[in-house]
Amino acid sequence: MSETPVSPGTVAEHDAATDAVVLRNAEVRRGGRTIWSHGNLAIPAGTVTAIVGTNGAGKTTLLDAELGLVPLYAGSITVMGSPAGQNNGMIGYVPQSYIAGLDSNITARQSVILGLTGTRFGIHFVTREEKARAQQVLEFVGLADKADYRLNELSGGLRQRAAIAQALVGGPKLLLLDEPLANLDMASQRAVVELLARLNREWGMTIQVVAHDLNMLLPILTGAIYLLDGHPHYSPISSVLDSDLLTHLYGTRIEVVTTPQGDMFVTPDRTLEPKERDQNTHAAAEAARFHEHHHHIPPKENNR
Amino acid sequence: MNVTFAFDPEWLSVLTAPFMTNAIEAGLLIALAAGIMGYFTITRHSTFAAHALAHIGLPGATGAVLLGLPVSLGLGAFALGGALVIGALGKKVSEREIATGTVLAFATGLGLFFARLSSSASQQMQSILFGSILTITDGQIIGFAVFDVVLLAVLALVYRPLLFSSLDEQVARAKGVPISLMNVLFMAIMAGVITVAVPAVGTLLIFALVVTPAATASMVTRSPFAAIVVSCVLCLISIWGGLVLSAMFPTPPSFVIVTLSTLMWVVAKIVCGRKR
Repeated sequence: MSETPVSPGTVAEHDAATDAVVLRNAEVRRGGRTIWSHGNLAIPAGTVTAIVGTNGAGKTTLLDAELGLVPLYAGSITVMGSPAGQNNGMIGYVPQSYIAGLDSNITARQSVILGLTGTRFGIHFVTREEKARAQQVLEFVGLADKADYRLNELSGGLRQRAAIAQALVGGPKLLLLDEPLANLDMASQRAVVELLARLNREWGMTIQVVAHDLNMLLPILTGAIYLLDGHPHYSPISSVLDSDLLTHLYGTRIEVVTTPQGDMFVTPDRTLEPKERDQNTHAAAEAARFHEHHHHIPPKENNR
Repeated sequence: MNVTFAFDPEWLSVLTAPFMTNAIEAGLLIALAAGIMGYFTITRHSTFAAHALAHIGLPGATGAVLLGLPVSLGLGAFALGGALVIGALGKKVSEREIATGTVLAFATGLGLFFARLSSSASQQMQSILFGSILTITDGQIIGFAVFDVVLLAVLALVYRPLLFSSLDEQVARAKGVPISLMNVLFMAIMAGVITVAVPAVGTLLIFALVVTPAATASMVTRSPFAAIVVSCVLCLISIWGGLVLSAMFPTPPSFVIVTLSTLMWVVAKIVCGRKR
């Protein structure tokens, strides 16, 4: 792009400045088994990335590795310019099971405040600034009116927003979410996706989302890390939307269809559908002929 | 069989007897320890571990009698050993519960075996299993007070990280809270609480004193700190109420203590259930 020659050193500095997460030949093993290896990718800052792959492909392990919670067997992971695990104060993390606190009497507000003060040893009183900060993120996620409800009094969608608020309260630059849409109804999924879009747009937040179903996320994604054949790859979203790649990735036939709402993935499975259901779509003329067909068969049979 | 509860008109003089003074002081110290840790036990999903620790302490208690050592010493040592093992098993509930339950059963059997080896241990068995708050000595009270001071000092230091790791272990771990240390520390403190609370209600009834008041408190409060305070108060009401009622209507104090604790829980459960 630039006409002046660029030295390798300058390239590295450039990476450090604009890439949120960089994997270089990274490999993770658990119990002697390689989860994934040869991870080479760079996620630019300010992007929204989906992490996709089949069950057990190591999606959550990738988040753990970025947090420095899993040791690397080989290679390196750099998060915001430092080795993984050293910048965790700049990472907001929303784990998969947001059932946290369900058996407790804690409210959404206290949960958020704990996100700010929970790592502190010794006696500390919550300051006015900390309370204001908690109120700010609760308002941002749309929980201001339910802030003093217990977590176990909130619906799944609102609990997910409370978990995101807890992750946001520390002012992270990178937000990692593990299956944030799982077990939510469509309206709640949509609300969470809209929230992520606003975070990315208004706060410039870099976001990574582990997801099984990309359809809800497609409108906001810049790219995807797909864990394919034991290796993490990064692709801009335009190349992810490829039927053959997705079919390969999920091990089941996936087609990409364009709808008025945008691109969507579908997984056609003829064997699961009832026999009497139409297996094909038809143009209006074809459908009319089909309709006619039904009416005309019996008389023919009678003629025989 | 006569099951009428005879009213003792001399109950006020019973309440002012020296052994009752000791029981009342011990009740306060036990309520503080049990009330605080009960809340953490519930948020950490460790209620079964707390119950098991008391039973794991049983062979320690009867073994100590056999060797002529203080009951609390043997109980505390075995409970602490069990606590560290359970703590090391981590939070993977299914595996941990089976291991804990197996050790619980074995320890109870071992406790019985030790008790049968000597007549003095056999005599102590009943009070270890069901408590004997009226026989608490001055020395035990000093021990309880020291434990409570240590508990408050440790909690002042680790309150927030312990709470964070109890409520949301994964996020706390990502934020750098030392999860394994919190786990072992919690179990070690729990062993201490069990050692302190067993003399009041015994190993069999300890659940009603350590877990039940905290569960009731969680239902009626909206913050961890409020729950801890209310839990201590409910625990104290159970113990002191148990002492007074068992003096008025001569019955085993342990029975009245767990009855009060259970009644408060049932009432809270019904009232909170209606609100929903």
